This record gives sequence, structure tokens and C-alpha cells, in this order.
Amino acid sequence: MTRTTYREGIRTALRTALHDDPRVFLMGEDVGKYGGAYACSLGLLEDFGPERVRDTPLCESTFVGAGIGAALGGMRPIVEIMTVNFSLLALDQIVNNAATLRHMSAGQFAVPLVVRMATGAGRQLAAQHSHSLENWYAHVPGIKVLASGTVQDAHDFVLEALADPDPVIVFEHQYLYAMEGELELGPARASPWRASVRRAGADLSVITYGGSLPKALAAAEALEAEGIRAEVVDLRSLRPLDDETILASVRKTHRALIVDEGWRTGSLSGELATRIMEGAFYDLDGPIARVCSAEVPIPYAKHLEDEALPRVETIVARAKELVARRG
Amino acid sequence: MTTDRAHSLKQLRRMLLVRRFEEKCAEVYQQQKIRGFLHLYIGEEAVAVGALAALRDDDAVVTTYREHGHALVRGISPDAVMAEMYGRATGCARGRGGSMHLFGAAQRFFGGYAIVGGGLPIAVGLALAEQMQATKRLVACFFGDGATEEGEYHESLNLASLWRLPVLFLCENNFYAMGTALARHAAVPDLCAIPRAHGIVSESVDGMDVVAVERAARAAADAIRETGKPRFLELQTYRFRAHSMYDADRYRDKAEIAEWKKRDPIELFVARLKAASVATDEDVAAIEREVSGEVERAALAADAAPLEPISDLERDVLAKVVP
Repeated sequence: MTRTTYREGIRTALRTALHDDPRVFLMGEDVGKYGGAYACSLGLLEDFGPERVRDTPLCESTFVGAGIGAALGGMRPIVEIMTVNFSLLALDQIVNNAATLRHMSAGQFAVPLVVRMATGAGRQLAAQHSHSLENWYAHVPGIKVLASGTVQDAHDFVLEALADPDPVIVFEHQYLYAMEGELELGPARASPWRASVRRAGADLSVITYGGSLPKALAAAEALEAEGIRAEVVDLRSLRPLDDETILASVRKTHRALIVDEGWRTGSLSGELATRIMEGAFYDLDGPIARVCSAEVPIPYAKHLEDEALPRVETIVARAKELVARRG
Repeated sequence: MTTDRAHSLKQLRRMLLVRRFEEKCAEVYQQQKIRGFLHLYIGEEAVAVGALAALRDDDAVVTTYREHGHALVRGISPDAVMAEMYGRATGCARGRGGSMHLFGAAQRFFGGYAIVGGGLPIAVGLALAEQMQATKRLVACFFGDGATEEGEYHESLNLASLWRLPVLFLCENNFYAMGTALARHAAVPDLCAIPRAHGIVSESVDGMDVVAVERAARAAADAIRETGKPRFLELQTYRFRAHSMYDADRYRDKAEIAEWKKRDPIELFVARLKAASVATDEDVAAIEREVSGEVERAALAADAAPLEPISDLERDVLAKVVP
């Protein structure tokens, strides 16, 4: 067990992957000489060479499509897209090709592709570098979606995605790259496809993922001081969703608060709320509550950006309202 | 090449198989046995037949949604292709893909792509895999003139050239992007100009002449294997039918269609073989009988083939269901 950063955890996993399997290579904008927009691949070009750490031209659609082709051709590409906003340029390749090829070919072809990208806000990067569109990908059958909220998961998800035979989209929250945490190396990792109860509690379930996880944990800490015991459930896998763990928590606490940095309309939070209604309606003591981003393109100015995002204080306030309401 | 009788007859047979197969498809489409989009290749056969003859069995092929001919020539059986069109369990994709999405792993046929330009990055990636695995295999990538204005076209040419990837870009220029004529969709109608600007050796070929297509494709394939670098061929051709079965073909001049039909690639090749005394009327008739029988049997088999069970609807969405 070592103490390290989210970024360093990812870099360690990439290094392991490149070292262990000659079919693995890294490809994306500025992943090589520059070291990665978020420095996740710093030093890897020097260690593994330009064949395996490939700087691409700025052509998201084509380098993601080339990743699909290389995966079809027997390689194990890890493609990095700088941010989820840029990934929209590659949406055609991911949705129309990566997600469909196995089914359209009746299982003749598989696409063992990993696409990593940064998501989320909090660094004053405004409306074309700050959005949380994880749900767009979680909507699509044929791909799997992971979102890490801890240093351990940031590391593990790279390797787990690589070990999976299907295309996996791995979201890293850009606000978390400098976050410190514990990292344990070795083969014994929790299945990435199961949600994790990060903090046990009895009064309400706070269901969240990715960049909102540290906020939810901080809120749970603050609530504890006021005598409210919040259980924090980290989704980890956004597709498929681990209904079993989510519903078990809600059945135990009888209240659900969903924290999702995506916009509320047409969101993952809406999907979660529906699943809870379908699976645990009679266990609920009150309505499901949500804390999501304001319905606005994320603004630049700090006070506006802060206001637009889920905040610890908002989570605390909503949790208290929920618990105060007696079913 | 016309002097090689066996090869010539094989090429003629392939063109006739594609022609008769698609005529049958159009016929059964009218009987509603095939539904959805059906894009016929009739008139363009010399392109697939000529180009694919230049490939080795282990080269990869990436095509478009007008790919019945490519699939057949590559060796996916008429039975499997026809059954796919009928949406049957015996189809080459068990009814998942239909006319636009034919696949054959054994033939290294990586599929028909129906988002125009969408197959090009896939071909580039397949070629990258070949390069990284140090094979001498290449990737043949077919697309139409309509694809040449898509962003992915320009991106793919650049990447293939920059990374020296073994891609044979085969532009089937039938002069229409669905209903929009080349002069109305391309600012520079010389389709070799853009690949050349990306540093790719490019050549324009008469796509109605199966011998010329094969000759050019062989030269390009040899060059790719020798240098590792991509090549581009523009194959000028024409589709004799409408874009799809839904298309009323209002945008083309009847005289223009008639003019191109005078250069029917099959008729041209037959005339040439006869003039060179490589084939006789009897040879041609024998091939016709054989091919027609094969197509009829494929249609009968497809009609009688079982449907995929409903219980398998969600099969093959993922390779591994989790958790």
C-alpha cells in the first residue's frame, strides 16, 4: 500500500499494461512527447518508444476509429481523448462502430478497445472543456462504462478495461488528477462492475460516482456531526449499473439522494431514480432527491462555476431535508 | 491477362455472379422477401472483381453499404449472403446486419459500413495492427466519391500517409453522392488531387474495365507491400440502378445512363475475350447457367431457412456479460 495521486495511479497502470502485454499501445493527442494533457503518460514515450506511445494528429474520429480497427486486427489499444467534450467528434466511431460491430457481425468480431477520457468541471475551463456526458455513453448497448472516484479505481480501471473483451469507456474526473489516496498493487482487485459502499450508514443512501464521490464523502462526514448517518454508494460502473448493490442500500436506509455532475434532464440520475422506483418503491420513506449540475453550459467565472456544480453544502442541505421528511 | 484463360473466365464468372445475384435480390425485394435498404452494385462489378483479384487471402477488406459484390467475390457464399438479406439464421450475420452489414471473419471481410466515410478509420487501424505485428498484409478499403468530403476521409488519408500504413484506398467513383452529382459536391473533381496532397501515390483508372482495374490494383498492392506506404486508386464507374430501392432516380439524365450502359463492364469483357479468342459464346452460356443455378438455389435456401430464435435477440451485444 502506497500513498500516491490519481494521476500517478493511472500512469502506474499504463506502465504495467505496456510492460505486460506487447499488444498494448497508447494512442492519442499529446500522449507522447507532451506527456499527456493531464500528464498521465509522462515518461512512457521514453520507456516504451514511439511505436507504443503514439502521438496522433488532431483527429478524434479517426484515431478512435483506428483504435477500433487495431483492436479488430489483434492489438490492445488504449486510446486517450483529452476530454469528454472532444469525444463528441468521435461519437460516430464509438456509437456506430465500436458498440455495434460484435452484434452486427453476429459475434464474428470483437472490439477489445479501451478509451480513456477526462470528464467534469471545477477547473474554470468553461463550456467546451467541463461537461459531464458520461450518461451519453452509458445509454448505449455494446459498450461498458467505468468512472473512477478513487486513486485505487483510477489505477485498476485501466487494467480491468484492458482485460475485458468489449469496448470500455473509462472516465477520469479532471478535478481528481491531483487527489491523493492509497494504492495497493497486485492482482486482488474488486470487480469494477460492482458498486461499492464507501461509507456505511442507516439514515439515507447517497448514490454517486466519479468526481462527486469525494464531495459525497465530505458531506457524509458533515452530516455525521449532526447525527445523520449517510451511506455513500459509489457506482463505479455506469454501464452496466449494479442494481443489486444500489437497491440493497436503499432497502436498508429507505431514502435515496442521487448526486450526479451531469445535468438533471435526461440524466443518469433520472435512470437511477427510475430503477429505485421499479425495484424498491415500497421500501422508500419519501421521494428520491437529486443534486445535479445547474442547467447551464458550465461558465468560466469561479463563483458561477461553483454555483453550477454539486457542492458539499448542497448535498448536506438536501440530505437533511430528506431525513427531516418523515414518511 | 486476357490471355490467361482460366483466370479470365473466373473473373467473368465473378462479375456474372454479382450481376445475377443482385438482379435476383431486386426481384425478391419486389416480393417483399427482402426489406430495408437495398443498394445495388449493378454496373460497378468490374471494380470489386478487378480489385479483389489483386489481394491475398489474408489481406483485410473494409467496404461500404453497397457491398454484396465485394462479399461474394471475397468468398462469402451466395447462400450466406442471400440468407442475410432475407434476415435468416443462416445468414452471414444471422440476420443482425442485413444488406448493408455483411461480415466474414474467415474471409477477413471486416464489414459493410453504412455511415459514409466511417469505414476508413477502421481500415487505417487494421493497417496499423498489420504494421505493428510486422505482417506483409494490407487492407483494402472501398468507399464512394461521396465519402471524399467527409472529415474522416481527409483525416484517414493523413494518418495513413503520416504513419506509412499499408492501406489500399479504393475510391469507387460512380459520380454521385446518393443524388448529388460530383460536380455539385466536390470543389476539386479530380479525386486524386487530395490524396496526392497528403503524399499518397494516386492513380485514376477506368472502373468499367476489369482488366485495367486488376492491373492497377496489383501494381498498387505490390508497391504497398514493398514500401509499406498507402496507395490510392480512383475507379471511375457508374451504377446502372438507382441509389436504393426507394430512389426514383430523378437527378440523373436518361441519356447519361444510356451512355454509360454502352460500357457495361460485363459486355465489354465478354466482347474482349471473344475478340481475343479466349472464350466462346458457349463458355459464356455455360458460366451463365452455372451462376444462375447458384443464385436460384441461394434464394430457395434462404426462403426455406429458419429465423433466428427470438430468445437470442440480445445475444452478441457483449462478449462478456458482467458483473
